[in-house]
Amino acid sequence: MFDLLAIDGLLIAAGAWLALGLAGLWRPLRTRLVSRVLFPLSAAIGVFVGALGGLALGEAPQTAVLALGLPHLPFHLRLDPLAAIFLSLLGFVSAGISIYAAGYFRHDHGIPLGMGALGLEYHVFLASMLMVLLADDAYAFMIAWETMALSSFLLVTTDHKHAAIRSAGYLYLLVAHIGAIGILLSFGVMTGGAGDYTFAGMRAQHLSPFWASIAFLLALFGFGAKAGMLPVHAWLPEAHPAAPSPVSALMSGVMLKTAIYGLLRVSFDLLGAPLWWWGVVALAVGLLTALFGVLYATVQSDMKRLLAYSSIENIGLIIVAIGLTLIFHAYRMEALAALALTAAFYHCLAHAGFKSLLFLATGSVLHATKERSLGKLGGLIHRMPWVAWLALAGVLAGAGLPPLSGFVSEWLLLQGFLFTPGLPQSWLNMIVPIAAAAVALVAALAGFAMVKFYGIIFLGQMREPALKDAHDAGFPERVGLGWLATLTIALGVLPSAIILRIDAATRQLLGKGLAERVLEQGWWLLAPISPERASFAPLVFLLVVVASVALGGWVVKGLYHGRLRRAPAWDCGYHFQGPRAQDTAEGFSQPIRRIFAPMFRMERHFPSMRDREPYFSVKVEDHFWHWLYLPIARLTARISTLITNLQGGRIAVYLMYSFFTLILLILVARP
Amino acid sequence: MSASGAFAQIFATLIGVALAPLLTGWLNQCRAWLQNRAAPPLMQPYRMLHKLFHKDVVLAHNASPLFRFAPYAVFGCMLLATAIIPSLSTDLPLSPAADALALVGVFGLARVFISLAAMDVGTAFGTLGGRREMLIGFLAEPALLIVIFTMALIAKSTSVTTIVETLAHHELVIYPSIAFAGIAFTMVSFAENARVPVDNPATHLELTMIHEAMILEYSGRHLALIEWAASLKLYAYSCLGIALFFPWGIAERDNLFALLAALPLLVMKLALGGACVALIETINAKMRIFRAPEFLGTAFLLAVLGMLVNLLLEARA
Repeated sequence: MFDLLAIDGLLIAAGAWLALGLAGLWRPLRTRLVSRVLFPLSAAIGVFVGALGGLALGEAPQTAVLALGLPHLPFHLRLDPLAAIFLSLLGFVSAGISIYAAGYFRHDHGIPLGMGALGLEYHVFLASMLMVLLADDAYAFMIAWETMALSSFLLVTTDHKHAAIRSAGYLYLLVAHIGAIGILLSFGVMTGGAGDYTFAGMRAQHLSPFWASIAFLLALFGFGAKAGMLPVHAWLPEAHPAAPSPVSALMSGVMLKTAIYGLLRVSFDLLGAPLWWWGVVALAVGLLTALFGVLYATVQSDMKRLLAYSSIENIGLIIVAIGLTLIFHAYRMEALAALALTAAFYHCLAHAGFKSLLFLATGSVLHATKERSLGKLGGLIHRMPWVAWLALAGVLAGAGLPPLSGFVSEWLLLQGFLFTPGLPQSWLNMIVPIAAAAVALVAALAGFAMVKFYGIIFLGQMREPALKDAHDAGFPERVGLGWLATLTIALGVLPSAIILRIDAATRQLLGKGLAERVLEQGWWLLAPISPERASFAPLVFLLVVVASVALGGWVVKGLYHGRLRRAPAWDCGYHFQGPRAQDTAEGFSQPIRRIFAPMFRMERHFPSMRDREPYFSVKVEDHFWHWLYLPIARLTARISTLITNLQGGRIAVYLMYSFFTLILLILVARP
Repeated sequence: MSASGAFAQIFATLIGVALAPLLTGWLNQCRAWLQNRAAPPLMQPYRMLHKLFHKDVVLAHNASPLFRFAPYAVFGCMLLATAIIPSLSTDLPLSPAADALALVGVFGLARVFISLAAMDVGTAFGTLGGRREMLIGFLAEPALLIVIFTMALIAKSTSVTTIVETLAHHELVIYPSIAFAGIAFTMVSFAENARVPVDNPATHLELTMIHEAMILEYSGRHLALIEWAASLKLYAYSCLGIALFFPWGIAERDNLFALLAALPLLVMKLALGGACVALIETINAKMRIFRAPEFLGTAFLLAVLGMLVNLLLEARA
């Protein structure tokens, strides 16, 4: 009897995605075929992948070998719990995005090569992410990784007629490849010179602490470049707004998590025992990333850039959780390491859900209004109630508020921090709580950014008259948004059930999980250590709030009355109440710019009293551009000009170069 | 969940809901006395609520359903906060549902709802108030979390009831960390409850408003619920302060007599605390909005200092 394993199912799914992409090429200009048929099918495959990932969490690792690739280097594939979590994330989140895309791409808005090309890129992107998660040797991993980078680059530059989008795509490709070099070198170090590129071979290597550290730092840099970690984050706020919204959602929600997967794979699985200072490095970098991301998110005026910076923040928090896990794991405090690692996994899932939801919501807003700048939006809750109310779930989760998904991971992370006393290094004991304070600040600032995002887009008066014609999202979009909102709420309300599922991966990496503790307490109470120490029951929480809201409304209306009449807004009797009297996006974030002024590079213009045409302007830029990227770019340009001097144009000189090179080679490579 | 526990839970919550406007009334009375004004009656807040509930809701044309939902959500959040903070007894069946970190989350949820509602009508003062509220919020929330961290480190638990039980039982040694945390907590509570150094609850000058600016467009039962929720927030913060820093006298058994015995003590503590708040409000001037970051930054640093003192000096004990 032929037994179909989960891994075979996943390979079939990858093949089906590729087939869907190729099917679009059959009639590349038939938009309806791609949007009405292919994207919904792709969503169905997504659900299938997600379910298989969820099933595989409870099972032993499965392996497969694909006879592709180089003669003596076939693709090794392996499905273990760590990969299964991220596969589940990929499947379920991409299902929501694909069904949304079915509605979003129903008209081709001048997409140059037709919808077929876009569908191909999209599905290759999905399939390559799946293969990244399944790869079990460095060769297969890098092929899938590069396919992922290239297909997403093509998706980012879908609208390549704009110069800004081309340069965003270029920057993305550049950073992706610098990161890929880091990853490749890290794999090279981990083979230990044995020449065995399978992950199994790397696990068998026992590297010296020095080489293990080199491999870890290279992996942190390489995967960090893909995840948007400081200081290789610069591509993210450029590429995310440039891409079509479903692609932004896919990149931010899923692709960034493949980088987190890679980092976890290398630092816990392939490298064996970590050193404690790796954790400190990750903790510090993660905190800086999170603080930087959230501060810049609050001052953005473009809604997709705001979300992109918020993704940087969330990736920072995930890296903080990984750093904490590394510290605990290095000191063999596995119960606490399991807590921190669960927080990291949970935040991956939570962020994938709510950030995709928010990016898709911006897509609907963009479709309805043709406007990305917050300063020209407003009041859309009246015209787009579906999008607005579903986005509210994402906003509350993004602000880390109970009882939604973002709060659970934050809660687990803070619990992890609270247990640090007991580390053998006393100065670590002091630094870690200060890191907790910084995490608290990040969480609070995230609330500010999210209120700005939601309040300025959906609430208030419409800032432009054209917004009156905005239309709500269509049916497929609503399904996609609703699916992601459901995921966000489910992740927030049922943490114990989900932690029980992801426990297999925690156990795989650390040898210890949280399952027994969670099981002891029953499914409704989350008490990762013991109920005396800390507990949280989001379902009860939700029920109490809902019950008091309902009871409040009922009692008030029953005892008194429910009369209500409409009138113009009061506003303290001020006469002028036009939309221009509301805060702009810049105005809303003015306190942040003022309090954290040194963090921003600002160019401001204030009018003088005699200006005939007075105007205010502020432009906020990233310090890293001026202090890191531009100097490197200038240096590269200078070196390039020096090298062009070699190119004199005379054939005799070129022949001489060849001659000298040959002599040098003979000297160096003498047997 | 025992029947007596459920009784204690409901009893304490109802007492909180009923007493909260009284605390506000008492505070206003003390302020008036200290400022040489004729004091309003103690029951004034109740009359106010009664009047507001009777009035029609006048809703701006531009108000969305979110605007109408927010007062109920804020009230629900504050009710939950009141329910999980031990005021009379520590045997609360709802307490495992939300620990101290979730408590901070509840306050955050209420804050986000009220700020969003403030931005909903789209008036100049509404957005101004919403922005300022979020500003105060992101400055105060980390400080509050660190205070809670310090207490959690001492009690080895983030459950509010466990913290209170632990602190009520330890001998009367003065922990320096608790002193730091106490000062920080006081500063944070003033900011969070829109009291004088940061905001002025009695102001009529729109440009200096924070909390009042947000609720300008509310009327009738919505305004009543928001005012009641604000009283409940003050009550919850006061109870949290009492529970964290003066936990003696909170019943640990939950029969009716223990609860009734704990009640006068709570009322006394609240009255004393209210008088202190009024005194601090009277001898301080309201500061400019951009002094608030310094004020709350100080609170944050004090809280961090308290936590470090705990880790350095008290961890071995």
